[in-house]
Amino acid sequence: MKPILTVKHLTKVFNGITAVNNISFELYEGEILGFLGPNGAGKTTTIQMILGLITPSKGEITMFDKDIKTHREEILSKVNFSSAYVSLPGNLKVEENLYTFARLYGVKNYKKRIQELADFFEIKQLLPKLYISLSSGQSTRVNLAKALLNSPKLLFLDEPTVSLDPDITDKVRKVLKKIQKENGLTILYTTHNMKEVEEMCDRVIFINEGKIVTEGPPTKLIERFGLRDLNEVFIKIARNKE
Amino acid sequence: MKWHRIYAMLRRYLYLYPRSVPRILDIFFWPITELLIWGFLTFYLRQINTSIPNVATAILGALVFWNFIQRSQQAVSIAFLEEVWERNLINIFVTPIKMTEFLAATLFVGVVRLILIGLSVGIAAFLLFQFNIFSLGLYLVPFVVNLFFFGWILGLIATSIIMRFGQSAQVLAFALTIFIQPFVAVFYPVQILPGFLQPIAHSIPATYVFEGMRSVLFKGTLPIENLVSATVLNLIWFSIAITIFFKMFAYVKDTGQLLKLVD
Repeated sequence: MKPILTVKHLTKVFNGITAVNNISFELYEGEILGFLGPNGAGKTTTIQMILGLITPSKGEITMFDKDIKTHREEILSKVNFSSAYVSLPGNLKVEENLYTFARLYGVKNYKKRIQELADFFEIKQLLPKLYISLSSGQSTRVNLAKALLNSPKLLFLDEPTVSLDPDITDKVRKVLKKIQKENGLTILYTTHNMKEVEEMCDRVIFINEGKIVTEGPPTKLIERFGLRDLNEVFIKIARNKE
Repeated sequence: MKWHRIYAMLRRYLYLYPRSVPRILDIFFWPITELLIWGFLTFYLRQINTSIPNVATAILGALVFWNFIQRSQQAVSIAFLEEVWERNLINIFVTPIKMTEFLAATLFVGVVRLILIGLSVGIAAFLLFQFNIFSLGLYLVPFVVNLFFFGWILGLIATSIIMRFGQSAQVLAFALTIFIQPFVAVFYPVQILPGFLQPIAHSIPATYVFEGMRSVLFKGTLPIENLVSATVLNLIWFSIAITIFFKMFAYVKDTGQLLKLVD
């Protein structure tokens, strides 16, 4: 398998504090990689460096064999992002938000694409509504539709199901799995829900205090640590720093 | 630069106007309220028979022009703040959009606002106070272009400061032009200012436009050096402002502050 994303010796120091410490990993085509760790472990900083929102102190990031520093525009046109902590403008209608992002990504025949995604995520009736008026479940589906507008090859999902009820969470996971299967989409996934990781991810990377602690398929990690589930693995890794 | 991305952002801001009362007030209500206040003052000046001819016209002209600077500055700063307030900054900057395209979109938003404010204030000034902005003839074009461009430069500076110091500095998005207004000699000639303030006035491009406007109204001629000075100073200020802006953008990306803006 070919890596779509390669991170080499990535480091970020903020005011003398090392947030990300010399991490290296690869993300392969068609893979769902769980990027896990306790709060403040360096996950968000790493993702934001990959997306070009934070300048690394050291290291290299290549996507589709190209350096993000020199090929930002080309790379970001094939990538998308959705986070439970980043909303779309609430004072725009759902359709206006989707039109805006479709135009930003240069999506050809974008009205048709939006209709397809609206059908898929069952948000057709939400299109003329203001984004601010949506429930958490509805806004998550709209965010995911936005994240798929440009038919990305690589998708960054930052806790996409946080604050959703178990029913909607289950639906979102199924939808993501379906899209991933149908399109061979590569996903970098962060969440604190370890059950979700076991269900969704092919492989996980645990990061703590800015360093990669361990990595591997969820079942292998559970075996390796001799614990019952990934939740226990998470707790063990998180508490090891103390 | 890609036009589809500039257009996307332009449309994104224009979607808001028809249903946003504050934005409608900003374009139609506040400038016209200001016009009424100054317009009534000019009535009074006419009544007391001031010895200076055209003083009423000069005040109204200055007011209309001042609005161009103010609203053009706000177009940039408020567009940026809009993304901060709506927690949409990350969504925008993970698209392929370049900062130059984002800035170009704010420039076009400014042009749209300028046209709407120009029309509303211009028509109101004509109907209510018989002030015809077109009495300035062709001089109007370089005047407006220079003022608009200077307002946009101020918007870049205000946005740089907001990026650096966060939302606590957002008052600048609304007030930066007010801070510099005393030095620009909007309603009075530069020589009225104390000597030590005059060099400051002469370093601001808009000063030359207001001086030029008064020259057209009072003497019927425009000293061409006024327009040249305004244009050259605008280019110098633009180079400074764009350098500050991109340095600040690099700084907030380096320190992670870009993302903290929306926290």
